[in-house]
Amino acid sequence: MNRQAQTVVLFLVGGAMVHAGTTDLYLRYVKAGLQPMVVGAGVVLMVAALATVWYERKRSNTVPDKEVHVHDDEAHVHREPRVSWLLVLPLFALILVAPPALGSYSALRTGTALQAPLAYPPLPSGDPVRLSLVDYAGRAAYDHGRSLGDRRIAITGFVALDAKGTPYLVRMALNCCAADAQPVKVGLTGEIPPVLQPDTWLELTGTYTDQRIKDPVNKGIIPFFDITEARPAATPRDPYDESWNS
Amino acid sequence: MSITKAAPPGAGPRDTEAPPDEAEGEEQGWQFSSPLVLTMLLILMVALQGPIRGAVSAPVMQSWMTVFVAVVVQALPFLVLGVLLSALLAVFVPPSFFVRALPGRPALAVPVAGMAGAILPGCECASVPVAGALVRRGVAPAAALAFLLSAPAINPIVLTATAIAFPGEPEMVVARFVASLLAACAMGWLWQRLGRTDWLRPPAHPSDEGLGKGAAFWSSVRHDVMHAGGFLVVGAMAAATLKAVVPASWLSLAADNPVVSVLALAVLAVLLSICSEADAFVAASLTQFSLTARLAFLVVGPMIDLKLFAMQTATFGRSFALRFAPATFVMAVASSVLVGAVLL
Repeated sequence: MNRQAQTVVLFLVGGAMVHAGTTDLYLRYVKAGLQPMVVGAGVVLMVAALATVWYERKRSNTVPDKEVHVHDDEAHVHREPRVSWLLVLPLFALILVAPPALGSYSALRTGTALQAPLAYPPLPSGDPVRLSLVDYAGRAAYDHGRSLGDRRIAITGFVALDAKGTPYLVRMALNCCAADAQPVKVGLTGEIPPVLQPDTWLELTGTYTDQRIKDPVNKGIIPFFDITEARPAATPRDPYDESWNS
Repeated sequence: MSITKAAPPGAGPRDTEAPPDEAEGEEQGWQFSSPLVLTMLLILMVALQGPIRGAVSAPVMQSWMTVFVAVVVQALPFLVLGVLLSALLAVFVPPSFFVRALPGRPALAVPVAGMAGAILPGCECASVPVAGALVRRGVAPAAALAFLLSAPAINPIVLTATAIAFPGEPEMVVARFVASLLAACAMGWLWQRLGRTDWLRPPAHPSDEGLGKGAAFWSSVRHDVMHAGGFLVVGAMAAATLKAVVPASWLSLAADNPVVSVLALAVLAVLLSICSEADAFVAASLTQFSLTARLAFLVVGPMIDLKLFAMQTATFGRSFALRFAPATFVMAVASSVLVGAVLL
């Protein structure tokens, strides 16, 4: 890849990073806190491309007699491995395909990542009280629902169906990027909607139940949720649960 | 094909053969130039975007692509940070600075450089280009390598993340710090005793002579991003394949035997290529494993994984990476077992 092509690729990769960072696209892949880094890196790459063009022009304008030397130099730059071409792959993936956030496929292959919460603060007011799925699962699994009582609770997540057809509501929890995303699963019982499509987002209202199973993948606890009402929900702006990051 | 493989041993980096196709291209009238190829490729991909989207709509492909893009999007900012730092070192800091800053005896310079790793806030993608710049600036390779290995593991951001991921187990943070620093220094000293300079053959770097400081700076940034970025993509593809294709349930088979569990998590750290700022959370969720096995995961991961191996090949040459990576792996596992036995 010669210097001109390198410049174009740099500029496009930088532009793609800025595009992903300034829309909500980056939230499908990395944690929200990385936004300044993503945008900053994109800007630096674009500036590097523009600077290359600028210095190249300056050089060809002022020192035409150095042309031979430049060619000699280029021969060495040319010997950069062709592996640089691979940089067009994430470019295409990000711009043309923009793959969705991890969903039920990954969730069922990975064990539930539920950890014991540090404390069980009293529930906020409201009926139904809105809890994050991870918060509900932590209270249900490790506090045996004591802090939940018989309050009506609303949780949001996406649907996953395992090989036996058991329905789960899942939220992927993320620490840095989607490569380390891990699911927190809640089993569903009660008024389960008749048709469940994997990866659709639902807001479920219901109550705590003491039913629980062990995740077949890592023996982690999967608490259950007794549904009284289900309705479709929009995909949240940040599809991952990042409560462990704060 | 990599150039370093074909180069005869002992030859300097700059005087090896020119690539045949480029040289012949100059002779012939019709050049198959890379901008032309790139333009054709871009047009082709845009024209075919419908079929491409259809082809990757299977869940396994989507999951693969998501992890692939995620690793690249997450690592690229840190790579750019490291590349900027390395370009600053290369262009604006005179070599004499390092001669004064580091102890003259390499045996002493190694631990000093290892401790200096604590001040580079970032993950492992940043430390590779910086270490490459240090070597080019005349820092003893043993010291630069100790820095390369220790920086991603012992900086404050990573240690804080470890403390958050292991609440109530502060000894895990101490163990990670000690084991990582120990392994990094041991590798530095090992290189000083056994290392040969001709293994360390950084691929040709653009010559800065005759360029202004600004031009040299941006030329270095462009070169390093293109170079290490390409290898980063290779690492991201490997990590995505592992995450999307290999079932996690295999892991639980290894958890029962103490020796196998340490090796299994060490190998997992190499394959997963997770950023060192996030690996503590993954280690914390591997609850079926012993603390020592999880320590091995935390010590090995920032020092050597698929993504790092690819980037080290880019920065230091293949013959170096092929020797350095296995030695680092063994040293990191040994160090974590030792520290785990004492502290955990």
